[in-house]
This record gives sequence, structure tokens and C-alpha cells, in this order.
Amino acid sequence: MKAPPGSPARAWWDWKYVRWLLELNLRAVRARAYVRVVATGREIMWLLWEVLLPFMATAAYVFIYRALNAPPAYLGFVILGGAMTAFWMNVLWAMASQFYWERYSGQLELFFASPASLMAILLGMSAGGMFMTSVRAIGVLVLGSMVFRVEYAVAHPWLLAYTFLVTLWALYGLGMLLASVFLLYGREAWHTSNLLQEPVYLVSGFYFPVRALGFWVAAGATVIPLTLGLDAMRQLAFGGSPWAIAPDAVGLFPPGYEATALTGMAVLFIGAAYKALGRMMWAAKVAGTLALKH
Amino acid sequence: MTTSEAALEGKRRTAVGEGVRIFKMAAWLGWQAESNWTDPWLFVIYSVIKPVAGTLILVLMFAVAGRGSAPELFWASYVGNAFYIYVGQLLWGISWVVLGDREHFQTLKYMYIVSPSMGWYLVGRAAAKFFVATIAVLIVLGFGAWALGIPVTVRGVDWALFWPVFLLGIVSTAALGILLAGVSLISSNHGAMAAESLSGALYLLAGVVFPVDVLPGWLQPVSLALPHTYWMEAVRRAVLGHGISPMLQQVSEGQILLILALTTAGMVLAGGGFYRWAETLARRRGLIDQVTWN
Repeated sequence: MKAPPGSPARAWWDWKYVRWLLELNLRAVRARAYVRVVATGREIMWLLWEVLLPFMATAAYVFIYRALNAPPAYLGFVILGGAMTAFWMNVLWAMASQFYWERYSGQLELFFASPASLMAILLGMSAGGMFMTSVRAIGVLVLGSMVFRVEYAVAHPWLLAYTFLVTLWALYGLGMLLASVFLLYGREAWHTSNLLQEPVYLVSGFYFPVRALGFWVAAGATVIPLTLGLDAMRQLAFGGSPWAIAPDAVGLFPPGYEATALTGMAVLFIGAAYKALGRMMWAAKVAGTLALKH
Repeated sequence: MTTSEAALEGKRRTAVGEGVRIFKMAAWLGWQAESNWTDPWLFVIYSVIKPVAGTLILVLMFAVAGRGSAPELFWASYVGNAFYIYVGQLLWGISWVVLGDREHFQTLKYMYIVSPSMGWYLVGRAAAKFFVATIAVLIVLGFGAWALGIPVTVRGVDWALFWPVFLLGIVSTAALGILLAGVSLISSNHGAMAAESLSGALYLLAGVVFPVDVLPGWLQPVSLALPHTYWMEAVRRAVLGHGISPMLQQVSEGQILLILALTTAGMVLAGGGFYRWAETLARRRGLIDQVTWN
């Protein structure tokens, strides 16, 4: 990164420079996250729709299970899956495609002109997106659980909380990686995000236990962090033990292993996003698609 | 025929001819806007992956919870889900024309300058969506018959019931789409959420994938007031020979057709009327060329 005029001399052993760089990027993280945090409650109609919309789709699936007299835990599986759809949508439309939108609003050039790292912008987008989407997801979860009287049996709340958080970081890490990849594309980015909705709902088992896809297909789908995250959270929310799968349970792997794998995925995806960002930025500049609006 | 009557008749014919010309032009434009970002075959694959994935979610839910115990319910849900593709595509397609043209391409004002009838233009743009939806529906139904043993055959369909029901359902959905286009005309770019919300609400309330009988008692009257509830029921009767809802079983095919015709007429009046009102308001407030994207 090139140090702008007025900034301390660029030298990694110079504490003043490192501190300046750290402060600059942390400010960029905070600034980018702030927009989304503030946006969470600014449009109450949006908030209402973003809770009600996934709730309605989720409710339709709950009624299918009701019509089939499925075990009560399945209603909880659907509610949990329905709440998590908000995160996948947010990652697709507000992470992966975000640079595409930024082009339209004219912000992308400003990000490039800023002395802060684009990685800081992506981290801020992730943190803000997680906060904003958590409000909506919790809304769907609470509303769905109350309306359909879902009973949870959480034996390991800390592991459940850790699994949830690490799922989010792995997922948003994937979003950061996709954001850099999408820099290369124009309209295709929009269509790719559109394409990745329902197929991911299917292979990640948003509305049914992922094991129903068969072991190898489900194992292949674990490249999407939500597959493992949902599977682990479902087991932990309905009485599963951390290091074993109960004979009558529907899990793919024991939740403790899944949480461990998700931790690795979070580190891997964020690291890969950092690497990919530089390469894709260069490739987009060479291809001349960086500021291409259509 | 007097001279003035002949002149009037000539004008009427010219208006219809002009409408048809706009319809054709808009349909071609719609097809280009939808598909020219990639090659046609890739576009067809892209267009069917989403609905097929959505259908497979349903298949797996029945597989894990129904365990083959309710084949008729599964068939009826499957057929309902297949035809519902039209609803999602048309509602989104028609309402997005206004937002896409106004905000994204910024051409809506030019359409108002050159087009004597926005109604023809909107319906023409929807024709491309209808075409894509038809391919998806045929693939989903074909897959169901071939791979899942759903008893859908060309000879088995009651065509005398199917065609009027199908046309009424499409007209009713298109009218609802035009109503949503009116909403988009007087709202900011968030208006796109209205189509998704309405589509989600109809999926739940029209009993697309489950019998409306399982809805809570207070929601059933709402469901029974919607044309789409009768559309789904009648399409199932025409295609499979039976419906899904014990409650609607008491209603004969003739009564369903009558209810559907009346509710569709109501929808056409409401959709057209609302669009005209919204258009007048948009002209008065100068909203036709507003850009709220940024």
C-alpha cells in the first residue's frame, strides 16, 4: 500500500507507521460497518418486510411438514433454516455482489482512491452485514418459534453460540472471496447471485436435514459453510451431544467436529479473500471491467 | 357505416395494431434484456436451475417426512409448485420493468415519450418471462413424470378444463403484476420487495404446496378470497384429476371456473385502475424519471 503524503514514512519496523496503518484500516472497517448498522433500523418498513418475507416462505414449508404429520423437531429445523436464509441472501447480495452495486453508485472508485485497504472495506461490510442480518434472522427465529410453538432442547449453549458465530465468519469469509471474484464481472455478477439462491437452499439443506441428500452429496455441499453450520446448530438445538451423533438424530457429522471445521474454513476463506482481492483487482484493471457498469 | 363511424373504426384498428406492434417490440426487448448477457443455451440452463432446485427441495421434504406415505399429496404439491413458477416470474418480471427501466437503464421516460400504451409495453416485457417460465414448468413437469412417477401425461390432462383455467390464472397474475408495476412507479427502488413479498404471501396463502385446510382458521377466508387458490386447485384437477384440499373438493369445476373468472375480472380492473392512478400521480409529482438507486 502506498503511504499518502503527510503519513508516516513507510517502514514496517516504524511503530508510528504501523499504528497509523492500523488506525486507518480500523476506521475504514468501522465506517463501512456503521452504514449497515445504522441502516438496520432506519427503514422500519424494510425491517418488517425482511422479517416477514422469509417468515412467509418458512411458514409454507412448516405447513408442508404439518400436512405430512412430521415429527415436531422438523418444524424447528425449518424455522432455523428459514432464519439462516437471511444470512445467505445477505452474503450473496450485500457481500458477493456488493462491488457490483458500488460501481453503480459510484463508490467503487472512491474505495480504490482511498488509502485504506479494500480488505478493511470488506471486513466492515461483513461486520455490518452480520449485525444487520442477525436482527432479521432473530426476528424470523423468534416469530417462527412463537407462532409454531417450537420447543428447543439446548444442552450445550456455548458450543451452539460458538458454532453460530464461526458459521457467520466462515460464511462472510466466503462472501468476501466471492466479492473479489465478482469484481471481474458486470451483469453476470447479478445473475450469478440470483442463480445461487435456490440451489444452495437445496444442497445446504435449509429446509430438511442435509443427510437426506446422501452422504457424499452432503459432504460435497460442506464447501458452503452454512451446510455444516446448520447441521451442527440443528443437532445442538435439539438435544444432540457435541462429539457423537445419536442413533435417531439426523446429523451429518458430530457438531463439535463441524464447529472445528468451520473455524478452519473461516480462516481459510478470509485468507483466500485477501489473496484473491489483489489478483482480481489487477485482472479487472487489465480486462477493463473495474468501472464497467453494464 | 357513416364516415365518422368508419374513421372511428379505423382509429380503433390503428390503436390495436399499434398495441400489437408495441407488444412485439417489448417482448423482443424483454428477451434481449433477460438473456443477452450470455449465450442462449446457458441462459436456458440458468433459467431452469432455480425452479428445478426449488422443486427438489419439496421432493426431499416429502422424502424425509412423508416417506412415500402420501403420494397424492406429493403429486398435488409438485404440480402446484411447478405452475407457481409463472406467479414468481410474472409478478417479478412485470413490476421490475418499471424499476429496471427507470433506475437501472434510465429509459422509462423515453418509453413514455414514444409508447402510446404502457399497458402493451408492460405485458410485452412480461411475455419474455412467460416464455422462460413455460420452459421451466415443462421441464419440471417432465422431470416429475419421468423420474418421480408423477402421473402427468398429455392424454391424461383434461384440456377442456385446463386451457380456460390456465389463461385465467395467467391473466390474473399479469394483472397483479401490473398493479405492482403501479406500486413501483410511485415508490423508490425498494418497490422490488413488494413483488417478492406478494409472491411469498401467495405461496403461503394460495395453498400452493399444501392443502389450505391446514392453515389457521383465521387465514382460511383470506386464502379463499384469492384467485390463485382456485387457480392452483383447478390446475391440479385438470392435470392430475384431483385437487389437494378436502375443503375445496365440495366446489365443482364449473363453480371454480366461475369464481376464477370473477376474481380475475376483479383483478384486471384493480390492476389496470391502480396503474392508471399511480401513473397520474407519478406524472403530477414528476416521478417518471426519478432515480433513487444511489
